[in-house]
Parts: sequence; C-alpha cells; structure tokens
Amino acid sequence: MPELPVEIPIPTPHQAVFIMVAVATGVASLLVVTNRNLFYSALCLVGALFGVAGVYVLLEAEFLAITQVLVYVGAIATLITFAIMLTRGIMFGVTSPNNRHMFAVMAMALLVFLLVAGVVDRVPWAVAEDLTLSGDGKSMIVDLGWEFVTTYALPLELIGLLLLIALVGAVMLARDDE
Amino acid sequence: MAEWYQVLMAALVGAGVPEWIATAIALLVGVTAIGLVAPLIALILVWLLRKVISRIQDRIGPNRVGRFGLLQTIADIVKLLSKEGINPSRADFMAYNLAPILSVFGVLLLFAVVPVTRGLIGVDINVGVLYIVALGSIGIMAALMAGWGSNNKYALLSGFRVVAQLLSYEIPLVLSMLAVVLYAGTMRFGELAEQQGNFLGLGWYVFLMPGAALIFFVCALAESEQTPFDLLEAESELIAGFHIEYSGMRFAMFFLAQFLGGFVFAWVGAAMFLGGWQGPGVDLPGIGGFLAAGYMMLKTFAIYLLMIWVRGTFPRLRVDQMMSFCWKILVPLTVGLISWQMVVQVLDLPTPVIAVLVLVGNLLVMGIGLYAVGRAIRQEGFRTKRAFTPDSLIGTMQPVAE
Repeated sequence: MPELPVEIPIPTPHQAVFIMVAVATGVASLLVVTNRNLFYSALCLVGALFGVAGVYVLLEAEFLAITQVLVYVGAIATLITFAIMLTRGIMFGVTSPNNRHMFAVMAMALLVFLLVAGVVDRVPWAVAEDLTLSGDGKSMIVDLGWEFVTTYALPLELIGLLLLIALVGAVMLARDDE
Repeated sequence: MAEWYQVLMAALVGAGVPEWIATAIALLVGVTAIGLVAPLIALILVWLLRKVISRIQDRIGPNRVGRFGLLQTIADIVKLLSKEGINPSRADFMAYNLAPILSVFGVLLLFAVVPVTRGLIGVDINVGVLYIVALGSIGIMAALMAGWGSNNKYALLSGFRVVAQLLSYEIPLVLSMLAVVLYAGTMRFGELAEQQGNFLGLGWYVFLMPGAALIFFVCALAESEQTPFDLLEAESELIAGFHIEYSGMRFAMFFLAQFLGGFVFAWVGAAMFLGGWQGPGVDLPGIGGFLAAGYMMLKTFAIYLLMIWVRGTFPRLRVDQMMSFCWKILVPLTVGLISWQMVVQVLDLPTPVIAVLVLVGNLLVMGIGLYAVGRAIRQEGFRTKRAFTPDSLIGTMQPVAE
C-alpha cells in the first residue's frame, strides 16, 4: 500500500491556538459582510479586529497588538458603532448586504485580492537585522520611537497632515450652510 | 514574565510534570486567582463605599447584618441572585445579554497586569501601561451594546454619553500616563515600581509630577464613571442610564464592573505615581515581601478612599461642563506638559536639573489648570445668578407696553 506523499503535520499547541484565532478572525470578517443588521456587522468587526490583535500576540508583536486594540477597537470601531446608532433607519431596520453593484464590486475585490497577494508573495521583503529584535522587547519599543522621529519623521508628519485634512473635510461636510 | 510563574513552573517540572501541562496549570492558577480575588475585593469595596458615604452624610450606614454591617453586601448579593432576570420583549437578545458579561470581562482583564509585589504580577508585559488604556475600550463597547440592545430611549442616550465621555477623557488619561512613561523610559509596571525606590522607597513620581498625577486622578474618575462624572447613569436625567433595563444577576455584573473599574484605576495610579509596592523596609529579608504587598494595598485603598470622598462631596457636572472641561482645559494642559517634558529630556542635562525642570513644568500646569477651573466656576456662578435669582427677573416679565 503506497504511503501518502504528504505527511499530515500535527500542530504544536502554539500552532493550534494560532489556527483557532485565525479561523475565528476569518469567520468574524465574513459575518461583517454577510450580516443583515448593520449593528451586528459592527460588533463582528470588533470581533475580527480583536482576532487580528490575537494573531499579532501570537507573532510576538505585543506592542502592535495593543496598538491595534487601542486604535481600531477603542476608537475606530466605537465611532463606526456610534455613527450606526445615530442613523435610526439603518440601526433598527434589516438591510440587504447585496445591491445591483454586487458583481462589479466582487470583480474589483478579486482584483484587489490578487494584487495584494501578488505584492505579498513576489516582493522580496527586506528584513533589516537590527530591527528584528528579540529579548525583553523594551529596546524594541525604544527603537520604534526613535525610528519614528528620525528616519521616518517625514512619513509620520504626512500621515498627521492627512488626518488633519480629513478632520477639516469632515467638519466642512457636516457644517450647516448659512 | 513574572517571577511567580517561573517558580511555579520550576516546581511543577521538577515534580515530573511535562512542560506543556505545567504551563497550562500555571496559567490556570493565575487566571483563577484573579477571577476569584477580584469579586472578593468588590465585596469590601461596596461595604467601604456605603460606610464612608454614610459617614459623610451623617448617617450610620449598614449596621444590621454582621458586625459593623460587614455581611450586608453578601446579603445584598443573595438578594440580587434570587431576583427574577427580566428579558424585555423588544430587546435585542445578543447585545442585551452579552453586554454585562463583556463589561466584567473587560475589567477583569485589567487585573492581569497590575503589580502586587516584586515578582508577583499576573503578567508583566512590556506594554503594561498601554494595555490598561487599550482594554478600557471593551467597557465602552459593553455600555454601547447595553444601551442599544435594551431598546430604551434613556439607555440609548446613556450609550451616546458613554462614547462621548470615555473617548474624550481617554486622551488626557493617556497623556498623563505618558508623562510617567517618558520619564521612566518603560511601560512595564514592574520596572516602574523599581524606579521609584530611591530615598528609602519614597522616590515616588507624585512628588516629581504632581500635575500629571492630579490629571490622572481626574481622568480616572471620569473613566471609571464615578461622581462628579457619573453622567452615564445620571439618575435625575437618565433614570439609571445604560443599565436601566437590567435586573438581578445582569445588573449585579454591571455593578461589579463599575466598582472593580474604579479600584483598578486606583491600583494603576498607586503603581505609577505612588511608587507601587515601594516603601521603607521592602528590601528586608523575610517580611519585606509581605510589607511590600501591604504597602501596595494600602496605597490603592488610600486612592480609592479619596475617590469615595470626592463622590460624597461634589455634585454632578452638567454634560456640557464635563466636555468643555476635558477639551478646553485638560487636553491643552496635558499636551503642554508632555511637550515641555520632551524638550527637557532631549536636552543633555544632568538628572537633578531634569527633575527640577519637570517639577517646575508640573507645578505650572497645576497652577494654570486650577486658575482656569476657578475662572470657569466663577463665570458659571454669575450666569446662574443672572438667570435664576428673582430680582434678575424684574423687568423681564413685564407685560409688553402697547
């Protein structure tokens, strides 16, 4: 009897946890787009974002995980929920996740997916030796801070400018015309 | 990783337990300890609050069940547990039932990183301070879900206030904690305590940064929904806020989360500004460890008593006063404080000079803050007087002359 060409690997506990977290994240993300009630979608989004934070923890990027929770769950998801709560029609009604643009959007989503997958797969990502630190992680945070105010000062400022422009734009849109 | 964990692991592995089972047991012990101790602390907190508030209001407080009414809370819990859990028929099942669980869950997670003594911290993660702030958002989500899921106007209004209040006060809270983090150069609670051990264990950051400590205390009051910032459940306007539709066990869970939330912020404040477990004599062999744990608890309860004192003394703010206090006073002050501290620390100065400059900046911030608050109170006084004293109405209520 021929043996199976591929051995089925038994996951270590770490990998098993990773798989569970990843599956949970995927399911939550699916629920975000398939749910008929927008409020539930928002709650599932929170679940998905927590799942991503869990993946970061398992990849030993605690700082990134905590920042993910702080920014995405704490601020962005809460604001999304808040916006949904303020729009009464959406909040209590049942909406369909499909509309007449469904197929066009599907095609676009597929293209974007292929693009991102291609970028992740083909680009030889440079890994700088001195930035992938292990150890207690304290020096990592210190380095991160230094990099932000020295090497990456300009991108950081640009992101700040972008956020400011978005803020001013939001105020302009929301303002009553007098 | 904290030391207790390594000790337990070593003992278990030494006894011939496979490593992964030992890990599981050690983690389980930690989780169970936090899950059991936190509700027990809440028993004491509720009793303490009722006793102290009673004394402030010239009453005796609970005094029938047990000595000094010590068992009153247990009687109340039995009552709450035996109450009927009513499900509002139009409530959203998922959101309504998940909210109380989530609110307790969010607070219990915070207990994982606060230090008890040297080597006895649930998990001494390298981003401990940030962790405390980040998990506060679970409480926001829980209150939002409760407010929305109850299908009640008052609960929903309270849900809106939750977001407005907690998200706003998070900014000065983070910045005031950042002041300590910047100075200490670490976000690990264990190291923060170690660094405050100078001068016989009295080199606390509160002496160096009184301004940041004061702002932290105010924001902690707001974040843990205590008077004068308890607008989420303002009885006179919102009946009870987001937990109006909850009864029995589910109400008890919100109650528990609120008490533990206040306590955990007191604990974090003690760890960051009052030197954690540091104090005279913690390095003595033998009793030093117990002394340290005692100091930690003493400081935490001291801050908690201060919170109760504030609760018994100050009236509740109006919602617009609360928001302008945060955005017009606290945020500019903390931003100024942080900028000043960054400039001071980047300059190549000897340590004592840095310390003095930081202290000067903090005193300045406190002065400006207190002046601004005083001015706002005076203006508010004028306005209320103009609007409500009878003689201010003379002339305004005359019939219009033809």
